[in-house]
Amino acid sequence: MAYLELQNLHRDFGTNKALDGIEIQLGEGEFLSLLGPSGCGKTTALRLVAGFDRPDQGRIVVDGKDVTRVAPNKRDMGMVFQAYSLFPNMTAHQNVEFGLRIRGKDRTDRRKRVDDLLELVGLGHAGTRYPHQLSGGMQQRVALARALAIEPRVLLLDEPLSALDAKVRVQLREEIRRIQLELGITTLYVTHDQEEALSVSDHVAVMYRGRIEQMGSPAEMYTAPATPFVAEFIGTMNRLEATVVDPSTGTIETGGVTLTVEAAKGKPRGARVLVLIRPETVEVAAANGAGANTMTGEVLTHTFLGPVTRLRIVNDKSSLIADMPTARAAALPPGSKVDAALPATEARLLDLTDEALPQIAEEPSPAGP
Amino acid sequence: MRPTRRIAPTAVIWLLIAFGYFFIPLIATFLFSLKSNQTGHCCTAANYSWVVHSSAFWHTLKISFLLALETIAISLALFVPTIYWVHLRVPKLRPVIAFLALIPFVIPPIVMVVGLLKFFKGTPSWFYAQPWGFLAGAYVILAFPYMFFSLDAGFRSIDVHTLTEASQSLGARWGTTLVKVILPNIRSAALAGSFLTLAIVMGEFTIANLSAFNTFPIFIQYVNESQGFPAASLTLLSFGITWAAMLSLLVVGRKRGQRAAVVAGAR
Repeated sequence: MAYLELQNLHRDFGTNKALDGIEIQLGEGEFLSLLGPSGCGKTTALRLVAGFDRPDQGRIVVDGKDVTRVAPNKRDMGMVFQAYSLFPNMTAHQNVEFGLRIRGKDRTDRRKRVDDLLELVGLGHAGTRYPHQLSGGMQQRVALARALAIEPRVLLLDEPLSALDAKVRVQLREEIRRIQLELGITTLYVTHDQEEALSVSDHVAVMYRGRIEQMGSPAEMYTAPATPFVAEFIGTMNRLEATVVDPSTGTIETGGVTLTVEAAKGKPRGARVLVLIRPETVEVAAANGAGANTMTGEVLTHTFLGPVTRLRIVNDKSSLIADMPTARAAALPPGSKVDAALPATEARLLDLTDEALPQIAEEPSPAGP
Repeated sequence: MRPTRRIAPTAVIWLLIAFGYFFIPLIATFLFSLKSNQTGHCCTAANYSWVVHSSAFWHTLKISFLLALETIAISLALFVPTIYWVHLRVPKLRPVIAFLALIPFVIPPIVMVVGLLKFFKGTPSWFYAQPWGFLAGAYVILAFPYMFFSLDAGFRSIDVHTLTEASQSLGARWGTTLVKVILPNIRSAALAGSFLTLAIVMGEFTIANLSAFNTFPIFIQYVNESQGFPAASLTLLSFGITWAAMLSLLVVGRKRGQRAAVVAGAR
């Protein structure tokens, strides 16, 4: 039975549909990331769960109880905010202790719990420091300890790492996951960083225009995107618009090139489809005469990404990207004629509707599981 | 090696002019206050002795001081929750309130007091005939701009939304959030507004005079008209009282102010 349920949640701000009927079911102790671009409704959903806003329609159920109309101070939700939210007039110790004081906990119990939590987040030595004496990362650790102190029913994290630098972000997200697993606390995490979401979550829900496009495990989201938007948002994907030529063999035609794709088998002849191919599955070699499932083109650019280098390959009619080990990429400098072999089995296929394909402003980072 | 700092000669001249502008009147007043009220000769502390032994001095000082405290208390009780609510829930109203706060600057006190006297005519005598009622009400209006702009600056220096939501998510009610989280972080602003209010009430003459209440500034005016040399000592004493109040603001608010500045700077 689901521990946290968001049932048909709607929230409008004027004419803008911030949430358009989202449904989420999360088991006890599970970690769900709400992932999506700015304005997709993920923070709105989190604020509804926290009680800072009310839905226009729908219900929020925690452990079988409807909390939709319950005031935020009575929900027992621990929250870590995007902005530094520690009370400036209190030390780290007093900040963590605040919720326990409100609950009238005994002084000895309070002290023990605060000490334990500060130890848990690695700040046992910093209890007497004020927020302005702590770094951004330390402040967010204290905020996490403060949220955990009240033993919340659900832990809510609203882009808690977005203000931190890259190295601290990676370190802290791993700690959040470690602590979440250690305490077995049900967690809802909002982020626009797909790498962050994929690396720490049990489940990821990709949101777009107030709806959940797809929800599943990180691996599912990466390997089997259900919509063009998810395909574009999670990791990096080649998207080739194609037409089904022969459904019996899975043959499709894109940009003057004929390809065989397993997923195209059984599709109606003449159907318009979107072929999704991960750059790391494209095999690139010096041009040697077009083989099967091969697109011939010229290397336009190299993008160094550490262990791999990303090649953009173009010909008259199409363009695709391929990742290859950096050591091998040096042999194919920009301007080289190459053959890019596309995988027949690993390509995904989506039916193309008349709806315009979503465009994501920034190319998502290449990293992923 | 650190370069030696030299003060430009023009800066020295300007400093001397500023020093003279502020201190020559004070020094002159001090010298004047030392003259005997009977002979007109220097130097005697009799004028100071006369002031501190005057029961009217202590009586009117007490009235004005208590009035100032009452005005501060009412203003804080009215404006802190209001400005908090405006910042939190209806930020669009802020310019409207800022405009309203400017009205006491625009309307001359003499116009305001006539209007207020007419408006409140017929109200119970415990309000209309007492400084603690009518006069305190008028002073709250008079202090509105000082209190509003001080508090507004305080609220703008903190993240009201996040602090409030953080407090609520931890189980605090509105009152607890306001008292335990918000107020301590706008303490310097509240103190600044309070002492500006204190200074205004301690020196306000027009409204008290026209509504026939005997406050400290009325006493100063009375002494000024009747006895020249003691009036100078009284002026210096009231000046000292005001400065003592300002100094206490600096001392009390210093630590908090430094912390708030660091936090604001970190944002």
